[in-house]
Amino acid sequence: MNKDKRLAYWRANLRLVGFCLVIWFVCSYGFGILLVEELNTIRFGGFQLGFWFAQQGSIDIFVLLIFFYAWRMNRIDRDHDVHED
Amino acid sequence: MSLQALTYIVVGLSFALYIGIAIWSRAHNTADFYIAGKGVSPLANGMATAADWMSAASFISMAGLIAFLGYDGSVYLMGWTGGYVLLALLLAPYLRKFGKFTVPEFIAERYYSKTARIVAVICLIFISFTYVAGQMRGVGIVFSRFLEVDVTVGLIIGMSVVFIYAVLGGMKGITYTQVAQYCVLIFAYTVPAIFIAIQITDNPIPQLAFGSEISGTGTALLDKLDDIVTSLGFNQYTSGTKSRIDVFCITLALMVGTAGLPHVIVRFFTVPKVRDARISAGYALFFIAILYTTAPAVGSMARYNLINTIQTGEVGSVDGNLVYDERPDWFATWEGTGLVKFDDKNGDGRVQYYDDSNPSFAPQAEQYGWQGNELSVDRDIMVLANPEIAGLPNWVIALVAAGGIAAALSTAAGLLLVISAAVSHDLIKGIFLPSISEKKELLAGRIAAAFAILVAGYLGFDPPGWVAQVVAFAFGLAAASLFPVILMGIFFKRVNREGAIAGMLTGLIFTYGYIEFFKGLFLKWAGAPWGVNTAEHWFLGISPEGIGVIGMCLNFTVAIAVSLMTKPPPEHIQHMVEHIRVPRHMEIKS
Repeated sequence: MNKDKRLAYWRANLRLVGFCLVIWFVCSYGFGILLVEELNTIRFGGFQLGFWFAQQGSIDIFVLLIFFYAWRMNRIDRDHDVHED
Repeated sequence: MSLQALTYIVVGLSFALYIGIAIWSRAHNTADFYIAGKGVSPLANGMATAADWMSAASFISMAGLIAFLGYDGSVYLMGWTGGYVLLALLLAPYLRKFGKFTVPEFIAERYYSKTARIVAVICLIFISFTYVAGQMRGVGIVFSRFLEVDVTVGLIIGMSVVFIYAVLGGMKGITYTQVAQYCVLIFAYTVPAIFIAIQITDNPIPQLAFGSEISGTGTALLDKLDDIVTSLGFNQYTSGTKSRIDVFCITLALMVGTAGLPHVIVRFFTVPKVRDARISAGYALFFIAILYTTAPAVGSMARYNLINTIQTGEVGSVDGNLVYDERPDWFATWEGTGLVKFDDKNGDGRVQYYDDSNPSFAPQAEQYGWQGNELSVDRDIMVLANPEIAGLPNWVIALVAAGGIAAALSTAAGLLLVISAAVSHDLIKGIFLPSISEKKELLAGRIAAAFAILVAGYLGFDPPGWVAQVVAFAFGLAAASLFPVILMGIFFKRVNREGAIAGMLTGLIFTYGYIEFFKGLFLKWAGAPWGVNTAEHWFLGISPEGIGVIGMCLNFTVAIAVSLMTKPPPEHIQHMVEHIRVPRHMEIKS
């Protein structure tokens, strides 16, 4: 496997990881901590939205995020022909 | 049937199951013993990881912690789940591709250094023993309350069971018992939660009940809770008291620490393929999330139930509080353990429960004729007492006991295994006796596991007073030492031996020094802690619990700076990094 192919694969990987980490950060640190008071003025059923993100929503999003990453990454592997047999 | 007899039957059956599995899945070679022969399916590994991760603290203490902390408890919920995202995206697939047995082994090969391996082993052993002590204590508490045996006897029974399946089965035995333990603990956790959710809100799903209206009132549970806790002088349930920077740093230290914990990382060495490691992290977090999203619901409902039991009428009215002589059975039972205490300060024969440390509520309390808070409830009992408070049938209570024991044993076994692997594989095989035969190494691993169980049992029997403090240290340490060097080992090819060792030591010494300074760990004899442990004295307002984040940043900075000033890693190491970045095994051409 030559250097260009390796770089292309690695860049695609880093882009995906970067994208996922932005979501990870925004949903927990953003909505659950830094913006919690602002979001608490919004109602979400019986919850205040910021509180919901801190104690429920962020965790749900973490789970979905890992499945999304695994699915996308497997596709990137195949596109670059580096997947396991 | 009596509760005690039922509990004996349920706990006994669960033990028989664990031992049966251990005999069925004995380890035959070192690969079985350390990493279950890389033959664990991603789903089973996900479940085993969840049981491995969720300790006595998650099962027994967390909901109670949240019940009393409210929003501030969110740091634990986000901190102990978000780390799996880092693990799945940044570490697990690459370490699986590396394909060896232990975390220090990766550090040793990537940084071509025995010194780095020894530093990593020291961190690993410290982190793991800290944790194990807490688990053994959890086993002791459950045994003494539910089986009414002496704590020591309970500990010995727990140790024997772990001994059988960890020493015999190694990683393979542990993995399949953890799958069974996950099923026991999650069932035991969710069943009472569902019952209580129905009782309070008519909605059987705790995660939704948490945001529902209390049956027949039209008021949302959380609004009602905010209302009653503030009327008793407590801080509002849905908002916090900690500063944002501190909440931010504690959450981040817990997340990064989670991703750097060796007993969690090593679970991803056991699956057959790189893509299995990725998806397996997703399954693991899914199984963990079932408990972690239930816990805050349980916390809020337990707090509501507790206050309702005590505050039977309007706050401040003469007959608004529970008459002590008419207290419910669970109250009396837990008083027997000393974990619930009542002290009738104003001598009216009724129980007053309010925040007497809140100066702005003091005049109000005086007007009511209250002379101090009269009830203290240990937060660790909330989950264990919950089924009794809610009046659930005895079999549910027995199940909760079995669940607590399952949570403690599964975590203890995982930790004991990484300790024994660090001793037999990293120290004996890797450093002192490289020529040792596989058979002898396996024997050494088993002896190390047995020895670790004895030490853990001793720590659980006679827990050093500092166990609670060192838990923060364990996470801080993992965040400041192991996580950065593993991450850089994969993502920064330029980081070399000198950089890694300097970085690890900086992170380690800084984090340890800060915690010692403010909380005191090992240097109590020399006068530690020297600092006053309050927000105005902390560096940037960051508490010792969150300081691992700064240690981590220092580690990264020092490692990169030192690496750039020294010569790059040798070519074969750079090739090795290229290899672990690609899932398929292939020739690397420059």
